Amino acid sequence: MSGVSSETSPPAKVSPFALIAIIITLVVVVMLLFNAVYFYAEKNFEIAMALLIIGFFGLAACIYMFAEMRRRLLRLRIELPPITTTIECRKCGFKTVRGFQRGDYIFKEVDVCQKCNEKMLITAIYREVREKGKKSFPF
Amino acid sequence: MKLAFMLALFQGWLLQIPGDWLSQIFSAIFIIMLIISMLYGQRIQLHIWLKEIEGSLYKLKYIRDEGRKIAIEAIKEAGKPQADPTPRVDRFLEYFTISPQSLDPFGVVWKLEHILDVRDTRFKDEVRLLAPSADETQINNLENTLEAAMALNYIYKVIRHYFLLGKKTLSLYVIMQIQMILPLVMREAEAYASALKAFAYGQPIGDGVGALVAAKLMHGYPLRKVPKDCVVATVPIEGRTAYVIKAEGPGGNVGKPGDAIKTIIEENEGKIATIIMIDAALKLEGEEVGEVAEGIGAAIGGPGVDQFKIEETILKYRIPINAVIIKEDIGDAVSPMRREIFEAADKAIERIKQLILEKTKEGDKVIICGVGNTIGIGQ
Repeated sequence: MSGVSSETSPPAKVSPFALIAIIITLVVVVMLLFNAVYFYAEKNFEIAMALLIIGFFGLAACIYMFAEMRRRLLRLRIELPPITTTIECRKCGFKTVRGFQRGDYIFKEVDVCQKCNEKMLITAIYREVREKGKKSFPF
Repeated sequence: MKLAFMLALFQGWLLQIPGDWLSQIFSAIFIIMLIISMLYGQRIQLHIWLKEIEGSLYKLKYIRDEGRKIAIEAIKEAGKPQADPTPRVDRFLEYFTISPQSLDPFGVVWKLEHILDVRDTRFKDEVRLLAPSADETQINNLENTLEAAMALNYIYKVIRHYFLLGKKTLSLYVIMQIQMILPLVMREAEAYASALKAFAYGQPIGDGVGALVAAKLMHGYPLRKVPKDCVVATVPIEGRTAYVIKAEGPGGNVGKPGDAIKTIIEENEGKIATIIMIDAALKLEGEEVGEVAEGIGAAIGGPGVDQFKIEETILKYRIPINAVIIKEDIGDAVSPMRREIFEAADKAIERIKQLILEKTKEGDKVIICGVGNTIGIGQ
């Protein structure tokens, strides 16, 4: 039997063209910022200020594009949480918990109990969901 | 000539802006952007919306393709077909059902029931051809898997239709409508995506909580089959005789609880003190998953045929009907059962016992019907 406890689909692909464009922009932006520092040292404040503003705008645009790319990648993933199967002995109450296996169903008789040699029963199959950042609302 | 004149005009206008050359440039950029947003704002907004829809469409296509792949793999694994099932699965994904004409509504329920029966038989026959080695439980699970894949295919095609239509016509209203409902559509598609694996592997889903309650009550008591695809057990509860009904598991099956309830009522010549139906119900945002609520009426979803039959029968014999619902959202209903929902089954049983004590006398007969897809739940 194959375990099917937890799976994620293969990650989505990133467009190499978009990645190259972002990297080139980033390089240009860094050069602009270095030039801004150079012109500032040369006491050419006007050009230094213009380069600094353009550089920061470019940097912000690069960060935004990276964040957007990451968000899209995350959106394209189908996450499946792990499924747990609880097996119980109805006679002595011995309980074991394991990952879901194909063919499991609630009230299926499975392995023999280690303690009393009785047939054990699947009593629960469920998934646990961890709520992300649950805010407390007054209503 | 015209361009040179425009540039000269722009230069003249630029020089009129007070401040140094840097602030003049920024002011000019600001004014140009303002003019662009005034003239082309709506068009830009349309393109932003189209881009958003396109992004979601990529995801829908990915989910649809994954669904198709999972269905084909499940068929190959369970059914061991000799030929490649892919072309047949592709044909299956395009199946449609035409609902009966209701210009004259008299008898429309029976026409609808017939159409649904034909659909069900056709689907099962198709799955048997696709997966010749599969047993009855696997056939039910594969049918559910293919139906989820079908739903994903349909969602993708509808969104694609409106996207292309919006792109072609650049109609604000077509694009706006689809952009507005997109978050809800995506939620539903994601729910079906996780349902696919649950169906393929035979895992219990949130919708099956009603069946789980019935299974917990009937476990260990002798069972008999009742039409259609349901089982009933006679269980003593608090000094009353309870006929506990659920769809026959553990394969993916909802049965026909309407027919089962009718059969039990007629077997007892209408001498039933009360009927209690348990089902999963959609929660409102802000409500807790697994919240148990109580009410009156036939708690059963679907196309309405079973609800109609139950209401007809209880009206004939004047039997009171109660409902216990377990709240969950659409995503929880079709994806593997959450722990909160599983634990709510015990709370629902407590409510049922309380209801029996309050509404019936000792020695009475009651019907308890757990409604929902019984996939992954035995009895």
